[in-house]
Amino acid sequence: MSRIAKALTTAALAVSLVACSSVSLDDKAGAGGAGGADGSGILDPFNSQSILAKQRSIYFDFNSYSVSEQYRGLVETHGKYLVSAPQQRVVIEGNTDARGGSEYNLALGQRRAEAVRRMLTLLGVSDTQVETISLGKEKPKALGNTDADYAENRRADFNYKR
Amino acid sequence: MMFNRPYSAPTACKTSGTDLSGWLLACIITTLALFFAGDAQAQLRVDISGAGAQQYPVAIADFSGDAAGSQIAEIIRNDLTRSGQFRLIATTGSTLNVDSPIAFDEWRTRGADFIAYGSVIRLPDGRFEVKYRLGDTVKRGPLDGFTVSGNEKELRRMSHQIADRIYEKITGIKGVFATRIAYVLKQGKTYELQIADADGQNPQVALRSREPIISPAWSPDGARLAYVSFESGKPVVYVHHLTTSKRAPVANYKGNNSAPAWSPDGNTLAVVLTRDGLSQIYTLGANDGSNLRRVTRSPLIDTEPVFAPDGRSLFFTSDRSGSPQIYQTGLEGGEPRRISFNGGYNISPRISPDGKTLLTVTRRDGTYRIASLNLATGAESLLTDGRDDQSPSFAPNGMQVLYAAIQGGRSVLAGVSSDGRVRQTLSVLNGEIREPTWGPFSQ
Repeated sequence: MSRIAKALTTAALAVSLVACSSVSLDDKAGAGGAGGADGSGILDPFNSQSILAKQRSIYFDFNSYSVSEQYRGLVETHGKYLVSAPQQRVVIEGNTDARGGSEYNLALGQRRAEAVRRMLTLLGVSDTQVETISLGKEKPKALGNTDADYAENRRADFNYKR
Repeated sequence: MMFNRPYSAPTACKTSGTDLSGWLLACIITTLALFFAGDAQAQLRVDISGAGAQQYPVAIADFSGDAAGSQIAEIIRNDLTRSGQFRLIATTGSTLNVDSPIAFDEWRTRGADFIAYGSVIRLPDGRFEVKYRLGDTVKRGPLDGFTVSGNEKELRRMSHQIADRIYEKITGIKGVFATRIAYVLKQGKTYELQIADADGQNPQVALRSREPIISPAWSPDGARLAYVSFESGKPVVYVHHLTTSKRAPVANYKGNNSAPAWSPDGNTLAVVLTRDGLSQIYTLGANDGSNLRRVTRSPLIDTEPVFAPDGRSLFFTSDRSGSPQIYQTGLEGGEPRRISFNGGYNISPRISPDGKTLLTVTRRDGTYRIASLNLATGAESLLTDGRDDQSPSFAPNGMQVLYAAIQGGRSVLAGVSSDGRVRQTLSVLNGEIREPTWGPFSQ
C-alpha cells in the first residue's frame, strides 16, 4: 500500500498503479469491476470510466467507524484527486445498517463519514472542499435484512458536487 | 353512516385465569375492518393483550336518541378497554337516556361500580348535542355530567372527550383519549408525516415527501411539530405549524441537523448538529433558529436530547463510555451524569411527565426492547419483548407508552401500559409506521 501511496504523490499519473491498487480493493461484488485498461486511470469523478466514479464507497465492519487497511488506498486516491482539484467539492455520506434507532444510526453514519474526512484532511485536502453528512439507516442501498445486506449498507460514499 | 370512518365492535373478549384478587383479566380484543376513507386506503387493526392489576368494572350504556348513540358508546368502551384499567360490564337489555332514573343496586348486582349513559340530539342545524351522565353504584349517586356539541366529523372527538371525563372521574388521573399522535408512514418510496387520534383513527397527512422524515416532536401546546426531513438531500430540522401548514427550516447548518426536542415552555429547541464534527447537542430559538448555543462538548457522539420536565436539564444518548448510554446534563454545561448502566446499548431516552421514570430502547440478546428505569431507585423493567421495538414516547398522563414494533416483518404502531401489563397493536396494513410520538393534552 505504501508503495502505491508513494507512486501516487502526483495526481496526474499513476494510471497503471491505480488500476493495481483497485484490484486489492475490489472484494465487494459490484464495486465496479476494478480498474481495467479502459480509462479507469482517468481521475475524473464525472467520467463513468474513472475509478473516482466507479469506486466511491468505503465499507465498514460491524460496529466499526475506522477506515480499514483495505480501503485506505481508495481514500488516498480520492484524496490526491481533491488536492489536485482544489475547487472540487465532495460530500461524504455515511450510512448504517438497519439495526437500532434512527437518530443514533444517524450519528453513527456521521462517525463513518468523519473518519473518511479526517483521512482526507491528513492527505492535504482542504476542509472547505469536504462536507460530511449522514443518511443513517434511512437510505439503504440494500433493502433486505441479511448479513450481506447489512454489510452493503455499512458504508461511506464519495458524492462529488458539480 | 354517522361517522366518517366505518367502525365495528370488538369481536371477542376472552376471560381466562382466576387470580386471587378476581381482577386479573386476560383480554384479547380484535377490532377488525376499520377502513380509512383517506387516499391511503389503509386498514387498521387493534389487538389488545395483557392483564391489568386493578380494573374498575364499568358499564357504558348505548346513548339514546340517535343512531350515533351506540357508536359513541362503543368508542368510549374501546378507549377505556385500551387503557387496561377498566373491565366492561354488559349493558344488554337496558335502555337509558340522560334523564333515566338509575337502578344503582341492579347495576351493582350486575358487577358494575360505575354506569355511564346519555342522550344524543340532532340539532336543527345538523349538529349533534351529546349529554352524558356517570353514576356511582356504590355511593348510589351521580358522579359526573357533561354536555358537548359538534358536527358529524367531531363525533369521535366528542366521544373521546367523554371517555376522558369518565377516566378522570374514576381513576383521578387525566385521560388521554382526546389527544393526538404523530408518526411517519412509509408506503413504497413515499413518506407521510401523519397526525391521528390517540386510538390511531382519523389520520391526517401533515407532510408528504419522497425523502425520509424522522424524529417528529410535538410542541408543548400541540400547535407545531418539529421534525427532520431529508428533502434537501441531508437531514434538516423543520418546524411545521399544523393549523396553517406553514413550515420552515430552523436548523440547516453544514452537516447534519437532527433530533429536535422542545423545551417545556415551547420557546427553545434542543437539536443535534454536526457542524463542528461529530454529533453534538445545541439549543436554539424554536421560532427562528436564533441564539444558537452549544450544550455538550465531547469528542464522540452526543444525540437524542430531551428536556427534563422542569426544563433545566437534558437527558441524551452518548457513546463517550464506549457504548451508547443515557446521560443527563444541565443546560449550562458541566460534567454530564451517566443514567443508564444495564446492558451495552441504551438509546432514545424519554422522561415521564412527573420526571420519575426514564424510557430507553435497550439491546438485549440481539433484540431491541423498551426499558423503563426508575430514576430514584435505579430499578429497571422491560416493558416489551419484541425483536425491534423503537421510538418510545409517554402519553401526556404518563400511563401509556407508544412505540414502533416489528410484527410479521413490518413496522407497526404499538402501545403498552407504563407498568408493562397491557399491550396493544395498531397496525396500518398498507405501510410501515415509524417514529411514533404521543402529543400533549389538547388545549
